[in-house]
Amino acid sequence: MKCQECDKQAVFHITELETGEVRELHLCEDHARTYLNQSESPEGDDDEKASGGGLTGPLTVGQTADELALLDKKACPMCGITFFEFRNQGRLGCPHDYVHFEKELEPLIANIHGAAQHTGRKPQRPQADEGSQLPEGTEELTTVIGLRRSMQEAIACEDYEQAREVRDGIRGIEDRWLPDAARDPGSPPAGPPTS
Amino acid sequence: MKLDTLADAVGEWLRGTGPESDIVMSSRVRLARNVAQYPFVSRMSDQDRGDVERFLRERISSSSVGKQLDYIDVGRLEEIDRQFLVERQLISREHAEAQGARGVAIDGLEQVSLMINEEDHLRIQCMHSGLDLRGAWEQIRGVDDQIGSAVPYAYHPKWGYLTACPTNVGTGIRVSVMLHLPALVITRQIDKVFRSLHKISLAVRGLYGEGSQAMGDFYQISNQTTLGKSEEELVEQVGDVVPVLIDYERRAREFLVRETQQNVHDQVSRAYGILRTAQTITAEETMQLLSRVRMGVLLGLIGDVKIADINSLLIRTQPAHLQKLRGVELDTKDRNIERARYLRRHFEGGPSGSPN
Repeated sequence: MKCQECDKQAVFHITELETGEVRELHLCEDHARTYLNQSESPEGDDDEKASGGGLTGPLTVGQTADELALLDKKACPMCGITFFEFRNQGRLGCPHDYVHFEKELEPLIANIHGAAQHTGRKPQRPQADEGSQLPEGTEELTTVIGLRRSMQEAIACEDYEQAREVRDGIRGIEDRWLPDAARDPGSPPAGPPTS
Repeated sequence: MKLDTLADAVGEWLRGTGPESDIVMSSRVRLARNVAQYPFVSRMSDQDRGDVERFLRERISSSSVGKQLDYIDVGRLEEIDRQFLVERQLISREHAEAQGARGVAIDGLEQVSLMINEEDHLRIQCMHSGLDLRGAWEQIRGVDDQIGSAVPYAYHPKWGYLTACPTNVGTGIRVSVMLHLPALVITRQIDKVFRSLHKISLAVRGLYGEGSQAMGDFYQISNQTTLGKSEEELVEQVGDVVPVLIDYERRAREFLVRETQQNVHDQVSRAYGILRTAQTITAEETMQLLSRVRMGVLLGLIGDVKIADINSLLIRTQPAHLQKLRGVELDTKDRNIERARYLRRHFEGGPSGSPN
């Protein structure tokens, strides 16, 4: 692929993520350096082009083509989104992406917010069954997204034994997190009733 | 909730009350939240989408705040009704134009709105007239606590509340004020002001949020970052800059009166004249002219119009409102004729332009 600014080979593929918009840039080393230097120093610069052309602070992450090709294939085990899909649409697929793609997202997030640690409010967790306190983080509950997928796959393969096992796993987690909930409608009984 | 009954009221953002309401139209805080056990909206199956809608609707309606809210199934609304809610700032354009199961819960005062299946599973919004960010924050915090005790919001100790777009992660908070800045526009200082806001990480948007044009000299100022600061700090970050902007706008207005009395008087009188006599007029032109007349009234250059009337016209002349008030659907050409008729009737001193 050619650099979009000149005829040289594009070696840097940059994803710009502004509020609500994703933009891709393909640049040679020289143009990438110029571009990245501009993006990093919008201070004192009244030319809006230098900061990505908008009023929203852009974020920029550059990778070499090889790194990017490898990274693009990486997929979240819960929702199945690949990093390539995220780069294209600018929206993540599920809460677990923040864990699975943490290494890739961290510089991106630090760039947008100038920080990489939440210091605000924490969620109010209802008491779980038998007085055990639920953790602040919801990683465990989010695994239900992946379990639902494997249950559906098992049903598709007519492996009802497996599907039932996964369903019970889902119920166990949901009973802890949603003790007063009606049964999750997303977990239908798997397969025919046991005899 | 009958949407038609809403059309008779102006809604919170144009109530025209509250501190500094000559310049600050409204103060708004919104929180982005997601349910931990489902994929984010753009990755949901139709089944997930329906499940999340039902899950949140049930949990909201059984909370004590939910009992004061009316739920509207946005997925089943006609386009004109969705547009109507957008004009009242109760749902976003993105939410109106989306597909599939989605809804909004609104309180009778139109201060609180909870959008289900927007960009995130839940977007809580709280809007107060005039400059009252603290009041809006206190109210939304209460709503968030109530819903959050029944809904396991996706949360990570390091990243905070997890959102579909990394630009909202952390607090998920967007604090904004809607300002009417006609004098800064006329004196061509507005771009300079925006550039300096950008440097302190504040965003400027038009009337209807992201990507919308600044119509009628109305601008939304909001925080750009959501991670690494507490909600209170972010409320303050926006709140601190508002008095400065108010001061700039007031000084620009004084300057206009002092230095260009005839000019500005001429401009607002002409705007008033067009609104009273036009035979066909677009929504954009109407908003632009009403903006100038609004400033004229505040500067004492136009005597016989009330600010509350201008605010009410700002919303009632918008496309969906106009059609709701008229009771029929109209194409663009007929809307422009109807809008002009509505304005003429209103300014003739009739009973607030009641349709007859």
